Order: sequence, then structure tokens, then C-alpha cells
Amino acid sequence: MHLSETVNTGFYFLAPWLVLAPVAGLLINAVFGRQLSEKWIGAVASLASGASFVVSVLLAYSVWVGHGLPVSVPFAEWIHIGDLKLDWTFRVDSLSTTMMLVVSGVGTLIHIYAIGYMHEDVRFKHQEGRFARFFIYLNLFIAAMMILVSGDSYLMLFVGWEGVGLCSFLLIGFWFEMDTLARPSWANSDAAKKAFITNRVGDFGFLIAGFLMFWYLGNSFQFDEVFQAAPAVAEAAPWVIVAITLFMLIGVAGKSAQIPLYVWLPDAMAGPTPVSALIHAATMVTAGVYLITRSAPLYTLVPQAQYIVAMVGAGTALFAATIAVGQYDIKKVLAYSTISQLGFMVAAVGMGAFVAGMFHLVTHAFFKALLFLSAGSVILGLERGHHAHEHHGHNDHGKGKKKEGKKIPQGGSALESGHGEHDNHGEVFDPGDMRNMGGLRKTMPVTFWLYMIGTLALAGIFPFAGFWSKDEILLDARLHFTSVYWQLTIAAFFTAFYMGRQVWMVFFGEARSDAAKHAEESPKVMTIPLMALAVLSAVGGALNLPFKGFHQFGHWLEYTLGEVEALPLDLQVAGISTALALLAIFVSWLLYGRSPLKTGQPDPLKKPLGFVFTGMENKWFVDEGYGVLLITPFRRLSQFLADVIDWRFWHDFVHDTVIAGTYNWLSDVLLNRYADQKGIDTFFNSWGSFTQRLSGSVRKIQNGFVRSYALSVLLGVVLILGYLILK
Amino acid sequence: MTSDLIVFLVLALVAISTALGMLFSRNAVYSALYLVLNFVTVAVFYLLLGAPFIAMSQITVYAGAIMVLFLFVIMLLGAESLAPSRSLPWQRPLAIALSIILAVETIYLLFARGPSGAAISAPEASLNTMDSLREMAMELFNLYLLPFEITSILLLVAMVGAIVLTRQEKGGQK
Amino acid sequence: MVLVDYYIVLSAILFAIGALGVLTRRNPLIIFMSIELMLNAANLAFVAFARVYQTFSGQIFVFFVIAVAAAEVAVGLALIVEIFKTRRNINIDEMNSLKG
Repeated sequence: MHLSETVNTGFYFLAPWLVLAPVAGLLINAVFGRQLSEKWIGAVASLASGASFVVSVLLAYSVWVGHGLPVSVPFAEWIHIGDLKLDWTFRVDSLSTTMMLVVSGVGTLIHIYAIGYMHEDVRFKHQEGRFARFFIYLNLFIAAMMILVSGDSYLMLFVGWEGVGLCSFLLIGFWFEMDTLARPSWANSDAAKKAFITNRVGDFGFLIAGFLMFWYLGNSFQFDEVFQAAPAVAEAAPWVIVAITLFMLIGVAGKSAQIPLYVWLPDAMAGPTPVSALIHAATMVTAGVYLITRSAPLYTLVPQAQYIVAMVGAGTALFAATIAVGQYDIKKVLAYSTISQLGFMVAAVGMGAFVAGMFHLVTHAFFKALLFLSAGSVILGLERGHHAHEHHGHNDHGKGKKKEGKKIPQGGSALESGHGEHDNHGEVFDPGDMRNMGGLRKTMPVTFWLYMIGTLALAGIFPFAGFWSKDEILLDARLHFTSVYWQLTIAAFFTAFYMGRQVWMVFFGEARSDAAKHAEESPKVMTIPLMALAVLSAVGGALNLPFKGFHQFGHWLEYTLGEVEALPLDLQVAGISTALALLAIFVSWLLYGRSPLKTGQPDPLKKPLGFVFTGMENKWFVDEGYGVLLITPFRRLSQFLADVIDWRFWHDFVHDTVIAGTYNWLSDVLLNRYADQKGIDTFFNSWGSFTQRLSGSVRKIQNGFVRSYALSVLLGVVLILGYLILK
Repeated sequence: MTSDLIVFLVLALVAISTALGMLFSRNAVYSALYLVLNFVTVAVFYLLLGAPFIAMSQITVYAGAIMVLFLFVIMLLGAESLAPSRSLPWQRPLAIALSIILAVETIYLLFARGPSGAAISAPEASLNTMDSLREMAMELFNLYLLPFEITSILLLVAMVGAIVLTRQEKGGQK
Repeated sequence: MVLVDYYIVLSAILFAIGALGVLTRRNPLIIFMSIELMLNAANLAFVAFARVYQTFSGQIFVFFVIAVAAAEVAVGLALIVEIFKTRRNINIDEMNSLKG
């Protein structure tokens, strides 16, 4: 048969190395990290990730050669209970290899970039020893993400799902003892906890979906078996599929940052920038989109659930885009942009436009990673400028000036003592605040051009990657859900606007701080991976050109998803979106480009929009709303449960008074006085004294007189003879 | 009442009375001398039973060597008599009773089956010939060669042991 | 007519007297002599039976007993001498330091 032939000829046997390679890398760094130099640590981690990429390429080639037949590669037995067999099996098909390529490809570029980025970051934060740890976590993430996308069952997918959640937690809290401005605080670790706990809510939904699936869909987690059982169940009890898909949507909302669980993603920017790019833009957050695409056979059975998914995605896309307009932090803008773009993807897969969703996932991975990494380059450039300027300033002012307050704590020990110092020295310079930037076009030209490519791709300007993928989603929406189409179109307008605003604020006009004036370009180890991403962002649209005879990506995914409709380019949709994007950029130029922002000047949008802009600035007070609606009542309830129910009722009354008191009384009166002292003690004391008396009398025989021993012998002889006589 | 029986009864009387004499003498030297007499009597019994070699061994080893050793030790230690002490007052009557019971039991056991009827013939036939001695030697050195050799080792060990036990340590200790 | 039974009776009486000596006397030397007496009584029985059954085994056994008795006396007397040297006393009733 054809299948076995391809299994023999293909590279499928390499599939476990998707996971094993990064695991090997992290083990090497974990064991030898202290001995190795930074270059070697980075090289090992990058090579491990690169090996994963090579394996992905070989697997994709095998799928291509094997005409897209999905192949399962069994790797390890995991749980065998009776007939239930849950094994770790790799699934190699066109969908999973697509994800593998994106994860390992973008991941490897980010690894390389991170060598340069972390080299400086650990020095600015005076924590050189943490360099290796960062790459251990990154490799762990690649391994977990590979488990997620290569799993053959929902169970293995969930293992990876939790694994990437853990890595996300570890990496958001990488600078756990400081905040984003390196002041001693627990803000970063709070952000990490927020991400983890919010994801738990989503994971809870995913788990329930998994339980329902196992119970109703053929007692299996395996994709094919579940999908096989689904149509019959959808006939008999459609609510089961609806429940499964909607609970799964909760999981997706947690992991892919959709309404209402998106709140963790902006805070996740506390992690180092490569992490934001890799985990919180390009790969992990797209796991939800992958999950829905993977579960396409389930979602297509229940249009109601699809509609809800699409509405959630579209709502998120629009909502997050409006917040992004009012942000000042360069990474926060990108974070809300990511949420918005994830909304596009979720809306697409919700509408059944799985190819469009996956296509946007891939292109978004390219240009959002590019934008984040460039933003990291900008931030580091400002840091460099800031430090160079400070150093310069010291020389100018001579010895009379007191040494600048410690901007960077020396680690955990500085936590307590550091607080006071900051109050004395006023504002800390924030290298991520766009109001501190401006004019970087001249000081950081390479980063500028890279950022421009990313911006144009995200804004959806022809012919960059984002144009093609976004238009495909919009076209699908136009054909299926008109309301979604309009929401996404408005979101696309806002996207172009906030990106334009960002570019004008960051790169044009005059420098609004000394740091921006003295900003320096990043080294080649950082810019070369960015160039690779820029190329991909520019030409990534070629993956799935909407012309007859192309649609390569669609056909590639058809191997897994079955027949998909290949839509031709709709000039009306493309025209509207491009026109709106250009209009948005023009408006942003009017507001931010024509008359650049001055130092200390409020945002020009503030006046015309008034309280609306205040809402945008403050993220529509969603966090505060959650605080009032959920967290405060939750705290109150916990307090009540802890103080009244647990302590006063259970501990003081039930345990101390009722249980312990009764027990004491019982044990004292009944057991101690009667049973123990009278009964047991008497019994054993009698035995003891009896034994003593018996031994006292017997020991007299042992009197030490040899003659009486001899007498005993004679007595024995006499007795034996007497016995013989009487016998 | 044959002459054999008369001889036996007289000798038996001597043996028993010398044994009792050994038992009841206050002085240990007297006890030893009574015992020598007893041993000689027993040696005569051996002759009567046709065992001249054993009779000679009895006189030379027991009556000669061993009893001389006893006398030597008694006089060396000056232990002719001990100061009277009345420990274990119940020991003596009990011992006497038990001994009598022992003798009675033994005799009863012997005669319970009735007398054996095996008469001891007169010893003259083998008394003065060397045949019995030769035959005994043949058996001793053929059938019982290994026990004989082991006995020699035992004697050697006893000799070494006695020397070690009574040896004066250098330096005057002990 | 002397029956072998008479010898056995004599042997039993001598043995009983020896046993009595072991049990009643406090002088270890006399206890020792009593033991020799008991051995002799046993020897007498051996020789008598050897005579009845016309075999030399009994006599040979007596021969071994005599040899062993010689060894025993040598060691035993050495022990007594040693005890006397240590304690200046050979009263058997005072040798009770192993009393429990």
C-alpha cells in the first residue's frame, strides 16, 4: 500500500527529534550552563531549535512526497488501563508540519536574536548568571510547543498546552524580582501569575471539553477516533458537540487571549522581548487557533458554536484594536495588536475559513515576531543611549554630583532597600515608552526599515504578507457573516492607525529624550534574524496567492482539512480594506507625523475624543472591572471562608470544641480511667508480677553450688531409670 | 557355696568397705589410701574375670600413677581436711536417699528379667597364657587403631594443658 | 558358682557409693576420687560383660577409659592447683562465682 511505502521512504522516523533536540539542548545548558560562555550557550540552544526546524522541514517534505497522507509515529507508551491505551504518538500531516515549521523556524530566528538581546539585557539588569537559564526556558518552550502541535491526541495536545503555559509563566517572570523598569518590585512575578491563573480558567474549559469528548465520543482522545464518532453523536445529541466546542472555546480564549480572558497578554510583556515575540505573539498564543483548526471536523458539525467563535474573535479584534490606539508603551501597543490579530484568526476559523485563519497565523507569526523583535531592538537602543548619556553626564558634572540612584537593582537583595532610593531620585527612565522616543529613524536606520516592513505587513498594505492573509479573512467574512466582516474591517482600520501612530511617534520627529538622541543601532546578531523575518513578512503572502492555479497553502492544508473553497481575489474587499488602511495611516500622519509630539505634550487624540480616549488609554477599565466584579468579591469570599468558616467554625468550633473536646472526654473518662488503668494496666501488671514471682522461685535452683547441680543430674538419672522400670 | 563364690564375696566385701572408707574418712590422705586398696581389689576382680592386662594397667596406672598424683596434690595443697561448713544442709540426706534409690533401681532393672544364668568360669584356663593378651593386642591395633591413636593425642593435649595451666608466668604474675 | 549378675550388683553398689561421694563431700580432691571410683565401677561391669560374651571389646574399652581417666586427672588436678593458687581455698561450695 502507498501509506506503508511512504512510511518506509519518508523521514517520519525523525519525528521524536522534534522534541528530543530541544530537550537535549536544554539539558546541555542546564548541566554545563555555568561553564559555557554566552556564545556557546546561545549556539547550543539555537542549534537545538535549528535541529527541530530541520526535522520539521524533512517531515514536511515527507508529507509532500507522501501526497499529504497523515502518518502517526508511535513514540512511547504512556497510560495503559485495561483496554484504554493512551500513548505518545506523533502525528505528521500537513497541518501539524505547518505549525512545526512556524514554531521551529521563527523560534530559531528568535533564539539567535536572543543571543544578542539577552547579552545586553542581563548586563543592564546586572544578572549575568541568568543568561543560560533564559535559553533553557526557551528550549523547553520549543519542546513543549512541539509536543502540542505534533500530538496525535487531545491528551498529548493538552500536555504540550500545559507545558507551554508553564514556559510562558517562567519566562514572563524571568525578571521576577523587578518590574519592567528594573525597579525592585514583584510586578513581573504578578504578571506571570496573572498569565498562569487566567490560563487555568481556560484550561479548565479545555479539560471539561476533553472529559465530555472522552465520555461521548468513543472513549478516546485520539483525533481520528474522536472525529469518526462525532457525526453520529451530532445527529443524536447535538448539544454534546456544542458543549465540547464551546468549552474548548474557553480554552482557546485563555491561551489565545480572546475576550474575556485576554487580560493576561498585555501584562505578559513583562517578559524579555524575545519571549514576547516567540511566545506571546508568534507561537504559543496561536495554539488556540491551531486547536480549533485541528478540531475542524467538530466545529463544522455545529454552526451555532461556529457563530459564537466567530463573534468572539471579531469582538476581540475590534476591542483590542481600540485599546492599542491609546497605549504609550511600544510593547503594549504590539500586545493589543496581537490580541486583535488573534481575534482575526479566531474569527476566521470560527467562520470555517480554516485556511485563511492558518494563513494569517503564519504571516502574523512572521511580521509580529519582526515587530516585537524590532521593538526590542528599539528598547535596547534607548537603553544604550540612556547609559551612554548618563556616563557622559557623570564626566561633565565631575565629582560634586552625587552618584545616580541605582536604576538597576542588584538582584533580590536590593528589593527592600531599593524602594527608598527611587523615591529620592524621581522618575525612572522608561525605555519602552514611546513618548520618550522620536527621531530614531536617523540613529537606528536598520531597525527603522525593518520596522517599516513589519508595520506595512500588519497594516495590510499591498503586497506585504498581511495584505493577502487579512484580505482572505475579510473575504470569507464578507461571504458568510456580514457583521463579522464589518467588525474586522473597522479593526483593520484601527490596526493601520495605531501602527501609523507608533511609527510616527517612534521613528519620526525630534528625539524627546536624551536617550533617544544617543540611541545606538543593534549588533548584527540581532538584526540579521530580523532581516530574515522581514523578508518572510514581505513575501510571505506568496504562500497562498488568491489567483487561479495558486492557493498552494490551501491545497497543502486540504490534505488534512479536506476540500476547502479557494476564493479568488475580491477587488471590492481588498480595495475597501486597503483604502481604509491608507486612510488610517494618513490620519495618523495628520495627528502625529505632521506636527511631531513634543516632550510632555499630551496625545493629540485626547482633546477630540475626550473620555473615549481616556477609556482607550486605560484599556476600557477592563482590569479594574474584573477587579471589582471578580477579584474583590473573590477576596471577600476567601476572607470570609478563611476567617469565619474555616477558622471560627471549623477550627474553633467543630475541631476544637466538638471533635477534640469529645475525644478528650472519651479518652480521659472511658479509655484512660476505666479501660486503660483498670482493665489493661491491671491485666498486664498481674502478668508482670506473676512472672516476677515465678522467676524468683525458679532462680533459687541456680544457687551456684556445683554439688547441687550434680544432685540434679543424679535426680534426672534416677527419674529416667524409674521411668524405665515403670514402663 | 563354692570356693569361687567365697572368694568373690570376701573381695566384694573388701571393695565395698574400702569404698565406704574412702567416702567417710575425714582426712583426704586416708581417703586416697582407701581408694588405692579399692583399686587393688578391683584389679583382682579383673584377674578373676580373665583380664590380666587390664588388671596390670589398673594397678600401674590407677593405683600407682594416678593415686600417687592425688596424694602429691593433697600434700602440696595441705588439703587433708577442710573446715566444717554447713552449707546445703538438705543436700546430704537427699544425696543418700537418691544414691540408694539409684542402686536399688539398677539392681531391680538387672533382676527384673530374671537372673542371666551366665556363669563366670574359672579363670585358670587363660590366666597364665599369653594367647588372650596377643589376641587382644591384635584387635586393639587392627579394629581400634584409630581410637588408640586419638587417645595418644588426647594424652598429649592433657599433658600440654596441665603444663599450661600450672605454669608460672614470667614476671611473677599469677 | 559365680554369676555375672553378682559382678553387676557389686558394680552398681560401687557406683552408688561414688555418686554419694560426689554429692556429699566438699573437698574437690575427694569428689575427684569418687569420680574415679564410679569409673572403676563402670569398668568392672565392662570387663564382666566382656567375659560373658567372650569378646575383647569390653576390655579394650576399659583400656581407653583408663587412658582418658589419666588425662582427666592430670588436667583436673592442674585446675585444682590453679584454683587453690588463686583463691587459697578449695572448698567446692565457695566456687560459685558463676552464680546467676
